Amino acid sequence: MSEMKLFVSDGNPHCLKVLAVAELTGVKCDICHASDDERLVPFLSHPVRPVLLLPCGQHLFKANPICLYFLEVSGRDVCDLTSQWLEWEAAELQPALMQALYQCVLLGKMTEAANTLEGHLTYMEQRLSKGATPFLAAEEATVVDIVLWAALYPLLSNSSFLPDKLQCVARWFEQVNALPVCQTVAQRVQQQKSLESLKRFLQKQPLPPARCRNAPLCNRAEEEDAEREMTDEEIQAAGATWSRGLADRPTPAERRHPILPQEGKRNVLITSALPYVNNVPHLGNIIGCVLSADVFARYGRLRGWNALFVCGTDEYGTATENKAREEGLSPQEICDKYHAVHASIYKWFQIDFDHFGRTTTEKQTEIAQDIFWRLYDRGFLIPDTVDQLHCENCQRFLADRFVEGICPNCRYPEARGDQCDKCGRLINAVELKDPQCKVCKRTPVVRSSAHLFLDLPKLESQLEQWLEQSMSTGNWTSNARHITRSWLRDGLKPRCITRDLRWGTPVPHPDFSGKVFYVWFDAPIGYLSITASYTDEWEKWWKNPEKVELYNFMAKDNVPFHSVVFPCSLLGAQDNYTLVSNLIATEYLNYEDTKFSKSRGVGVFGDMAKDTDIPSDVWRFYLLYLRPEGQDSAFSWADMALKNNSELLNNLGNFINRAGMFASKFFEGRVPQMELQQEDKRLLAQVGFELRQYIQLLDRVRIRDALKCILNISRHGNQYIQVNEPWKKIKGGDEDRLRAGTVTGVSVNVACLLSAMLRPYMPAVSATIREQLCAPANCADAMFQGAGSFVCTLPAGHRIGTISPLFQKLEAEQIESLKRRFGGQQIQSAAPAAATVPASPSATIETSANPERAKQLLQEVAEQGDRVRALKAQKAEKTLITAEVAKLLQLKKQLAAAEGKNPEPSPQKGKKK
Amino acid sequence: MALMELASLEKSLGFKKANKYSTQGNNKTPILQSNKGAPLIGLVTIASHLVQEAAQPELLGRTAEQRAVVRQWLEYRVTQLDGCPKEDIRSILKELNQYLEDKVYLAGSDFTLADILLYYGVHHIMADLSVQEKEQHMNLSRWFDHIQHYPGIRQHLPLVVVLRNRLYTGGHH
Repeated sequence: MSEMKLFVSDGNPHCLKVLAVAELTGVKCDICHASDDERLVPFLSHPVRPVLLLPCGQHLFKANPICLYFLEVSGRDVCDLTSQWLEWEAAELQPALMQALYQCVLLGKMTEAANTLEGHLTYMEQRLSKGATPFLAAEEATVVDIVLWAALYPLLSNSSFLPDKLQCVARWFEQVNALPVCQTVAQRVQQQKSLESLKRFLQKQPLPPARCRNAPLCNRAEEEDAEREMTDEEIQAAGATWSRGLADRPTPAERRHPILPQEGKRNVLITSALPYVNNVPHLGNIIGCVLSADVFARYGRLRGWNALFVCGTDEYGTATENKAREEGLSPQEICDKYHAVHASIYKWFQIDFDHFGRTTTEKQTEIAQDIFWRLYDRGFLIPDTVDQLHCENCQRFLADRFVEGICPNCRYPEARGDQCDKCGRLINAVELKDPQCKVCKRTPVVRSSAHLFLDLPKLESQLEQWLEQSMSTGNWTSNARHITRSWLRDGLKPRCITRDLRWGTPVPHPDFSGKVFYVWFDAPIGYLSITASYTDEWEKWWKNPEKVELYNFMAKDNVPFHSVVFPCSLLGAQDNYTLVSNLIATEYLNYEDTKFSKSRGVGVFGDMAKDTDIPSDVWRFYLLYLRPEGQDSAFSWADMALKNNSELLNNLGNFINRAGMFASKFFEGRVPQMELQQEDKRLLAQVGFELRQYIQLLDRVRIRDALKCILNISRHGNQYIQVNEPWKKIKGGDEDRLRAGTVTGVSVNVACLLSAMLRPYMPAVSATIREQLCAPANCADAMFQGAGSFVCTLPAGHRIGTISPLFQKLEAEQIESLKRRFGGQQIQSAAPAAATVPASPSATIETSANPERAKQLLQEVAEQGDRVRALKAQKAEKTLITAEVAKLLQLKKQLAAAEGKNPEPSPQKGKKK
Repeated sequence: MALMELASLEKSLGFKKANKYSTQGNNKTPILQSNKGAPLIGLVTIASHLVQEAAQPELLGRTAEQRAVVRQWLEYRVTQLDGCPKEDIRSILKELNQYLEDKVYLAGSDFTLADILLYYGVHHIMADLSVQEKEQHMNLSRWFDHIQHYPGIRQHLPLVVVLRNRLYTGGHH
């Protein structure tokens, strides 16, 4: 045992514990006095004492387990009662004790300290007075008494500390204190001027923990479960609101284009990040941008705001040029093709844009060049030269994606001009070894080229001033604030706005002719030009910061361009532009437990959703239910089925269907007479509460959270029907029949409210419910006024239409097959060949199913497999085996392709924008 | 919260009949009423008692040293992790992550009660972490994923997605 080392420090009551127990049990160990500031336990963030270094090299850093260890080493067992006292000491007494010590020793407030500890000392008093033994756990003093004595020693050794009524505690302390072990140890600390060292110990502790007075902070789950109790006033108020009814609210006006800002209205301009044209958007793109913005725009219209929602495809840039080359089309043709793909996907998802435009327009050139000249004239653009790779053969500068070479960091032979796929590091294209033009495969040369830079440092103070104001008055998600601040903290550098490319908005300055604007400069201007394509009076939206509130929706990778770079362009242009006042950024949506990946065919892409036979509304619901609000989330097929079946079918759909069916079956399709009782009014109060929550949340763009309010309402409704059993009461006497009528009438009205609340989320379902209930056109409008009020919109006598089920069950087999279909090997395009395989014509991958070829390949795979096994059995040279294995893999890929499946995914890094 | 944990623990240990619990005080400390004698108070005490009753004492550690390590992490759970203020969460995650760097389980190479209760205690924190944060605490995430997939342990808690492929590299943006 001599290898055990016990590190203690002066004044620390926990050290007193272990020293006394070591004494009690007779366990021998080297006792070392170590400076308090020395970190002995490598993994802990703060130095702690005592620390026991075990012979096996492990550290024990908690006093009570050290004490129990000494006990066990000396041959005694630890019983439940001992464990219980020590747990109480650590978890319950210590937090209060630290505070009491702080009050008493550092602040000199002994009475307050005694009050702080009163509850705990009373507990000990009761245990001692009721117990049959003079000590806490047994007839004689045990480790429990020693530990508690040591903990309380600094306070109780002052005999005037304990109030008179705690006699048993006083007697117990005296007895323990008189034990020889305690005397020995106490004397040792006395000699070390205990009070001074105790003070020093306390000063190093974190400030008195406030948490011992309040409930713990982490029990959120419990709070959420708790039903909110309605007070009598709330219940009565809900009844009064209800009976106001629809009165004679005018029917809301139809949307008339063009929508322009109006005096005296809330003018809300909503944009969603422009999707890049050359790819099909995946579910993550959809939820992050267009779908979120759509829900908010629909909500805004419901609230009677004057809202304009614009978006469009971002069409310029290298990626489009690449894609055009790949598909053998011109960039314009590629844009036309994919713009239509995007538009049809969003149409299927019922994204209700006021205008969905594109960036390759005359307006874009006009506005971008105007902003350019304004920046130029005001001295915010500075020229500089940049070294770039130039392909003499193709006669042009090579954009990052047009060049490949050996990675300067890891020597991977196919590194791209901006990043290496192998080591993931960013690369400056001119640093590539053996660079190659991707088009003609020749070696490019380094040439310097003149470019213009936006002088961000010069605009920084103006930007910060604006940001402070926008963030303090507007709604910025916390990730948006965070990312923006970190950009500013790192300092802004001038940013190049021109490129040596062809497919872009031309730079109008004669010294820079032949160049185009960099996409990051050009694309956000698309918001303005797309609005300009929608209406000639676009400036009423975009040069009207006083009257227009601008909401930008995007995924978080897009934040810096919207919060720093684009605002700088607009601030520098000095033309009274409308800058973003609400920046709403989502986190990422993952697919099952991996990332969406186009190149690997993992995940569901916008164009495939409609082939799943799952309605667009259900897709919308599930994506919004998962919206990565505040944290990443993951799409899962099983979960989608679960949410559809439990929330939509059994909860929401079930309630609305039952309410309607009762009315049509029992009351000839009319809303029955209602006489509200306390219980009905309580439901009205609960529903009203959820409605107000919903409005508060959506006003702050908490889209996912607000959806929960809808589901809460139908849960309340189902419970209400279940308890009141209208299907039984209808068969009873007059009073029972009236009761059945009231419950039915209230329920169909709740269903009507739900149709309004669902409108932003599930527009088709919402319309169906309204149709089934023959709901008046002005009902949503009435209930969404102000903070929201739940009024009776379907009065007694109102005739409803035909009721039919709203949702369908998603069956397990259906989900399993979808999961298989989208699990990975989906896209039929060629995956890049693995690095070890030489790129030869035979290695290209077949792109369409071919049964003949498949048969032949199957044979080849079998033969190649035998070859590999034979080599391995012979323990052949490793390089040889590797080469043969590579061939085998290649064959398998071709086979998969020939069978119409996508080849195995090859490891690839995610794309960065 | 503690009560759900104890119910889950009972199921994991193979108890046929569930015990009845109540709570006391601001901290909602669990109490186990037993007909044999005095009630038992406190999560760690009750959990250790259940383990003994289920005749699986190895879950408390096989040697005195291991038992001490298990007790230490159980105490860490109820004193440091529970009721931990938001601003301390980071340092706790860091500590656990560093501690777990060279260990499969908290008590080294044996699965113990410390793994179960720390898993329960840290679950709500892990569930709130972004993919990137989980990746930054790779050892902790690995341990956590391991425990949540340990047969019979997860019970009432939802699965937290822990990615095995790394998404974030280096410190650049």
